[in-house]
Amino acid sequence: MPVETTPVFEENVQRGPDEPVLELKHISLAFDEKVILRDVSFSLRPGHTKIILGASGSGKSTILKLILGLLKPDGGEIWVNGQRVDTMKEPELMTVRAGVGMVFQEGALFDSLTVAENVGYKLYEETDLPLDQVRRRIEEVLGFVRLQEFIDRMPSELSGGQRRRVAIARAMAAKPGILLYDEATTGLDPITATTVDEEMLKLRDLEGVTTVIVTHQLRDAFFVAEHTAVRDGDGFRIERADRGKADQAEFIMLKEGRISFEGSAAELRAADDPYISEFLS
Amino acid sequence: MQEYVRLQAATIRGAVSRPFYFHDVVEQFEQIGIGSLTVVVLTGFFTGAVLALQTGITLDQFGARPFIGRLVSASMIKELGPVLTGLMLAGRVGSGIAAELGSMVVTDQINALRALGTDPVRKLVVPRVLAGFFMAPVLTVIANTVGIIGGWIIAVFQLRVASSLYWSESIQGLTMEDAWMGLIKPFCLGYAITTIGCHVGLRASGGTQGVGRATTAAVVASSVAVIAVDFFVTRLLITLMY
Repeated sequence: MPVETTPVFEENVQRGPDEPVLELKHISLAFDEKVILRDVSFSLRPGHTKIILGASGSGKSTILKLILGLLKPDGGEIWVNGQRVDTMKEPELMTVRAGVGMVFQEGALFDSLTVAENVGYKLYEETDLPLDQVRRRIEEVLGFVRLQEFIDRMPSELSGGQRRRVAIARAMAAKPGILLYDEATTGLDPITATTVDEEMLKLRDLEGVTTVIVTHQLRDAFFVAEHTAVRDGDGFRIERADRGKADQAEFIMLKEGRISFEGSAAELRAADDPYISEFLS
Repeated sequence: MQEYVRLQAATIRGAVSRPFYFHDVVEQFEQIGIGSLTVVVLTGFFTGAVLALQTGITLDQFGARPFIGRLVSASMIKELGPVLTGLMLAGRVGSGIAAELGSMVVTDQINALRALGTDPVRKLVVPRVLAGFFMAPVLTVIANTVGIIGGWIIAVFQLRVASSLYWSESIQGLTMEDAWMGLIKPFCLGYAITTIGCHVGLRASGGTQGVGRATTAAVVASSVAVIAVDFFVTRLLITLMY
């Protein structure tokens, strides 16, 4: 089911179509003595995908939190939709976060709210949209992730995969231009993980959402990088991406807080770095 | 301590400026106020009753049994009502807040709130602190009333003190200053209990074990705070009013 892509929150910065929507410049971060990130830089253009790989504790999820302003870097600059977020105070960050959605590890659904209340949270609480419009939007996005019949359930009544899909629905409800996925398929069986992967592809290819994926699930990372979602009548189909489309998905490999590799899926497979070879094996 | 002071400043700012989450405030008034009613009523009743029992023996030594109403009402209203209600709230509300917010922290729900554009202090802390601040005095008045009734039951049916004498002594033994002291203290205690619960809960880390530690820390810290705040507020009010 196609969904509307007009943003609920207005973005107040005008940018060219090829200008990066996301840019990290020389980011460094340490917690006490432990260095998490050293001189990390990358940028992401609209509609493209960045897949961040790395071992547990390599700082992958930290990058997502930095992008959202949930953490502040010790050094460097972070630009989101043309706005510098690393120097912003919490109230200013709220406007930036309006244009960015995040799917947290394990979903991070609000236990005390129903699926509908979780999905419509941002619209209920932070906008003045009429309740019937919010309800319509909730039904629309739950239809998109194929969970309409679960609308009045509590999160505790859902399976792991369903929780992740509700989390995706929640993140996309306010029509953000950028979606961040933190280990969205970790701990799921391969069939359920593929369902979640397909939701990511649909959002990216059918709705034009710019995507940052943090994972150590190689199977899912390559699936998203090398496939595309295509409209097929009222539905969609997943097919193998052509070279141009596949090149829009870039991998980043983090090692000891630094970027040790940046490139396409094909380049990653061809890399002769022993660490990458070991990681991929 | 610095973090605690910062949280209080953010809470006060959140309570006097928009956005204001009215539904959450009403929900917390119900959870903290109505939800604590049973424990507060039982505590107040048995405290008043045991106070009458114990002091009856002592007063008998001086032939002062008729004054038992005065002693029960003064003790309940000035000291026992506020402190015991505070301790009950520290156990029930302080622990509940720390456990709930702690769980939200370790499961990333607080980060999810922030990512969705909501300030967790306004959404979670302000409603709880407002509910604690305004419901603690209400609960204390209820505890005082029930405690004095508990004392009356013992005085009349066991110590054989005339009912009219008990009530007249209960009222005559009190001054306006006593009533103010009994009313002002619970505001401070309710504020301390809820802010400590929120502070400890929001700083939880380390999974479910961390939530357990936060819950224990909240109960211990808010119970000690109840006793300490009670002392300092009493000292201040005695200086100002008596």
